[in-house]
Amino acid sequence: MEEGRRKERIDRGIKVRTSGLYAISGWPELVYLISPRFVLIVGMLSLPLIFSVAPYWQRVICIVCIYTMLSIAFDFLANFVGLINLGSAFFIGLGGYLTAIMNVYLGLPPVLSIPIATLLGAGISTLLILPCLPLRGIYFAIVTLMFPLIIEKLIQAFNILGGTNGIVGLDGFPSAWWEGYTAIIVTLIVLFALRRLVNEDVGLVLRGVKDNDQAVKASGISVTFAKALAVFIASSIGCFAGAYLSHLYMWAGMSLFALDFSIMPIAATVIGGGGTLVGALIGSFILVPLSELLRSFGTLRIVFYSLVLTAFIIYKSEGLMVYAQRKYHQFERWVKV
Amino acid sequence: MEILLYGVINSISLALMALGFTLVYGISRVPNFAHGALYVFAGFMTWIVLNKLGLPYPVAIVLALLLSALLGALISMGVLVRIRGMEMSEVIATYALGVAILEGFRWAGFKGTTYTLPPFVKGSVQLFGVPIDYQRILVVVLGIGVFVALWLFTHLARTGLALRGIAQDERAAMMLGIDSDRAATIAMGIGCALAGLAAVILLPLGNIVVEAGYNVLIFAIAVCVMGGLGSWGGAVIASFVIGFAQILTVAYIRPQFQMVVALLAILITLIVKPSGFFGRQKELEERV
Repeated sequence: MEEGRRKERIDRGIKVRTSGLYAISGWPELVYLISPRFVLIVGMLSLPLIFSVAPYWQRVICIVCIYTMLSIAFDFLANFVGLINLGSAFFIGLGGYLTAIMNVYLGLPPVLSIPIATLLGAGISTLLILPCLPLRGIYFAIVTLMFPLIIEKLIQAFNILGGTNGIVGLDGFPSAWWEGYTAIIVTLIVLFALRRLVNEDVGLVLRGVKDNDQAVKASGISVTFAKALAVFIASSIGCFAGAYLSHLYMWAGMSLFALDFSIMPIAATVIGGGGTLVGALIGSFILVPLSELLRSFGTLRIVFYSLVLTAFIIYKSEGLMVYAQRKYHQFERWVKV
Repeated sequence: MEILLYGVINSISLALMALGFTLVYGISRVPNFAHGALYVFAGFMTWIVLNKLGLPYPVAIVLALLLSALLGALISMGVLVRIRGMEMSEVIATYALGVAILEGFRWAGFKGTTYTLPPFVKGSVQLFGVPIDYQRILVVVLGIGVFVALWLFTHLARTGLALRGIAQDERAAMMLGIDSDRAATIAMGIGCALAGLAAVILLPLGNIVVEAGYNVLIFAIAVCVMGGLGSWGGAVIASFVIGFAQILTVAYIRPQFQMVVALLAILITLIVKPSGFFGRQKELEERV
């Protein structure tokens, strides 16, 4: 047999230095630490400026941000709390319909209707999901898969809230700049706030719930409360995305509960790399524009990204972001065994 | 009387739809979310062989069943064996594959109401004053036949016994020389062939549409969750409960609620007693 070799991975010196106080010891360390975040923030903020020549793509950026928020919420629930939510569309639909009711039936302006829909929607979805929280793994996944389907069928069967036509005539945003920057800024806030949250004490408890809930219970912390809190956070992100979406299209209808909103965040998270939160963003920024480009192929694009998703799960289950982080923080070399 | 007869027919149809799903889950603990896709796949394959290749009906059915079994075995060997034990990856991968198959058919132009399979036997008969066509009677007869055949297979045949061994105690079965991955592949093949069989038996009653794939998946999950995942007896009882509940809602409330009944059955079961009627998993394993 050939002589055995194995790949050894070692942290870069600069990575070790920047994790402590030495981070402020010199320019290379500061640049190493700040540049990825800087590139991300500046890149996101400049997107509407770059695409101001193409209004269609400005709209696509808004859609990308909506999917990004959903994917981040999915990633947060799946990889930090251990709740797999196959029905992100439920949050979108709830937020969308609530803001439509508030805006069209009660006459509130979007400045009020979007935040109210966000909080109210998060409250309602947390209350609805509360009885299912003790469930684990595949059981929770099945329940969440059912929620958007049930609401959709109920709206269809009772013919309420505009029935199959949906609610029309919502207020739009003042201009394309408002549309773009609202979405981008909220996305950035959500991303960095959640990154901070998962490293705080609350985040520690949540990860404990995922890895060993008996230990959390034994520490005298309520598992159900921790899970409910996580669901509230994730669903408020999802409901905001839904409320924003229906004001963007000035319409709320049954397609807010569509399969797209449930499967795309999963695909984005898997491709981008689960458990990193930024990976969800990168995944959506790859998948959503791609599916816009493939729009003329009809449902073939769903086939395409389902297959990409499967391939990633089988061959590259760590995702792009984990791979990139490894290359950034570590160097690799072959060593003899 | 009408409700009783149609309730029985509906229940047996549901049980047929769910049989493959519960078989695969019971043996290899893989929730096969591509189940509905395989159902539609078999339907369209039968149609293609029948109308494009012009082969006789029985040949078309056998070919379609073989193809779905092959596809199931391929999915198992190419995808599921590699991600064995990672529950969420299994769910997402099979679901994505199912969506890919279904939307692939939609893209290829298989939509609308033009795709139908002829019934095995034409005509209808009056039974206790209720008109019932022969195909529906055949559904009941064939459904019971499939159950008996499957029971005999798993209790008498060597392969069937091996599958049951894996289902009951994987480690002990492996020690006795049963290859777990091979058993999973065989189970997946049989499960997908059963989905195809259900399609071939049930589809002559209506059209072959892509949406049926999603509906069948939901019905199968409803029946299996209510009966306890992986339990056959539970699945049969649950399909009778859901089947009669559906017929009653159609008769007394509104036909649109048929799907809502299935979805509510899943929700209520999972909230009240997640292990279902005859769940073999311990309560502790599935809830905190």
